[in-house]
Amino acid sequence: MDRLLPLIQNETLKIWKKKRFYVVILVLLVLIPIFTYAQMKISENNAKNFKDWRNQLVQQINDMQNALSSDRIPEEWKRFRRIAVQQLQYYLDQNVNPNSPDGVTFTREFMSNSVTLFYPLLVLAIASDLVSGERSTGTIKMLLTRPVRRWKILFSKLVALTLYVSLIVIASGILCYLISGAFFGYGGWNMPIFTGFLINGATVDSTYVHAVPQWLYMLMQSGLIWFSSMTVAVLALMVSVLVRSTAASIVTMMAAVIAGTILSSMSSSWESAKYVFAVNLQLTDYLQGSPPPIEGMTLTFSLITLALWAVGALIVSFRVFTKQDILN
Amino acid sequence: MNTTTSVPPLKEKQAASLPANRETVLSVKDMKKKIGGKMIIHDVSFDVQAGEIFGFLGPNGSGKTTTIRMLVGLIKPTQGKVLICGDNIQEDPEEALKHVGCIVENPEVYSYMTGWENLEHFARMQRGIDVARIEEVVAIVGLEQRIHDKVKTYSLGMRQRLGIAQALLGRPKLLILDEPTNGLDPKGIKELREFVRMLANQGMSLFISSHLLSEIQLMCDRVAIISQGRVLAVGTVDELVNQAGEYVVWQFDQPEAGRKLLASESGLQFIGDDKHAIDEGILAGLKGAIVTTMVIERIPSVVEKAVRAGIGVLSVQRIAPTLEELFLKMTEGESIG
Repeated sequence: MDRLLPLIQNETLKIWKKKRFYVVILVLLVLIPIFTYAQMKISENNAKNFKDWRNQLVQQINDMQNALSSDRIPEEWKRFRRIAVQQLQYYLDQNVNPNSPDGVTFTREFMSNSVTLFYPLLVLAIASDLVSGERSTGTIKMLLTRPVRRWKILFSKLVALTLYVSLIVIASGILCYLISGAFFGYGGWNMPIFTGFLINGATVDSTYVHAVPQWLYMLMQSGLIWFSSMTVAVLALMVSVLVRSTAASIVTMMAAVIAGTILSSMSSSWESAKYVFAVNLQLTDYLQGSPPPIEGMTLTFSLITLALWAVGALIVSFRVFTKQDILN
Repeated sequence: MNTTTSVPPLKEKQAASLPANRETVLSVKDMKKKIGGKMIIHDVSFDVQAGEIFGFLGPNGSGKTTTIRMLVGLIKPTQGKVLICGDNIQEDPEEALKHVGCIVENPEVYSYMTGWENLEHFARMQRGIDVARIEEVVAIVGLEQRIHDKVKTYSLGMRQRLGIAQALLGRPKLLILDEPTNGLDPKGIKELREFVRMLANQGMSLFISSHLLSEIQLMCDRVAIISQGRVLAVGTVDELVNQAGEYVVWQFDQPEAGRKLLASESGLQFIGDDKHAIDEGILAGLKGAIVTTMVIERIPSVVEKAVRAGIGVLSVQRIAPTLEELFLKMTEGESIG
């Protein structure tokens, strides 16, 4: 391990010096205020129309139920609506406002909505050129002719990547809280959030529903986001080992992630699509109790599927990286 | 090594001329490489001894860089082995590469870091390299003034120096430089030559590839010649050049009379314009030059004859053949094209 630490230090420093993390922070600093502003407009609007949040919730439930009775709405959407109605009803019964306008709630929702596209994008900014970047600049020849076995080099890159993925999740949470808190206030840590909804077809089983304080919910959610981001990171590492050009590496990964998002929304008819990694990225939905994109998917299923993809990607990365001829 | 059997006397001479107790730093045995079903390198074998400057000469595309990549473990040989100070690069790369510093093709370093940060980066990859050592190599290559600047502001020559500094960090026994004079100006080339000689005097072995015979001639003790992925010969530079033979180019004030005079000389052969392979740039300045091959020792007597016959000798020059010519001589009838 004492030989690996300097290597990890090298890889971490290189990512830092390439200023990739600055880019990530910059993107966050631009996007979060935009969303915060949008959310603020919505809140203002609601406050104007409804004196009490309960009225707003009742209105929301009524709207959805009206939509459910319409014939023009596809059955697919109705399923989601029915479940949402039952959950809103549950919040109403428990006298808890699910849309409470505060910094923590906004952060929770922002992070949850970012998990399928935004986090993968930020992760790709760092992971995509880890190996392909060294190949296109030729520095890989210097790197691999030092007295260090190749697996150690890839391993140190993987550790550095893990570090940055964790940093991205933490930094996005903190930045989001700080920025949105300035508008909505910094409270909301102890607000109860309900989790444990069981979805059976079109009905919600609330037997196991329990309230957790929002700070705990945030922790659990961040863990899940980290998990799906790491899967994307490891897959991106593999692509960057296999593909020589960084651009090709980013395009390949983005295509996979976007395809997954589209597949999720087209959903259930094609059942085996649930084994595609990108369909499983929205882990936070399980915590929230939203119905999965394809029937039969559970948190455990998604975690195992993602883990298998990640392990497969690691095996391929290490095998190829340690064996391949460096010809360019 | 079957391909070098065409020049057996050389090899024997070479073996005899080397002290038996010299340590072999690099040993390549029957190395082959097949890429995409095509044999790129055929049975390459040679040894490099401690403290010698070994030239690796071949035209572009002859397999020089592929061979070098195999020496340092970037490419895996299809067959054969590479031993560096006795350690097999395939089986134990960590031990073998400890003894090697190398620049493969261009000196590629991280342009978004400073020179110093680059050296620190590579120093961390090996045990026992401290700040003092980094300062030392920076001083050796003379980069003190700019070492804390970003590499992207460096000129090619400075990158080259940084590359060499990086290669020297681990106090290697063998330094491998691939076409080190590429892109350097004449002054830079001269400095490099002196630098290489200095390192060799300190006991380091150097392995230098080039496609220019003149460069190898000036820099190296021994040379291996490679063409089409085969080592054609291994020997000292002089032996190889002599084997190819030199041209003697004459210039008279009366070219016709001079030609007649030369024709009477036994053992002298005229070489037609389309036959010789002298660089056009050299002949351009010599109007009416007559290209011949002859025994060098006979030049004074021919000059004397010319003077006696009243033919003015404007110039007599010995011109080394080009690398291509050397190849032709070496393959002797075998087609290399």
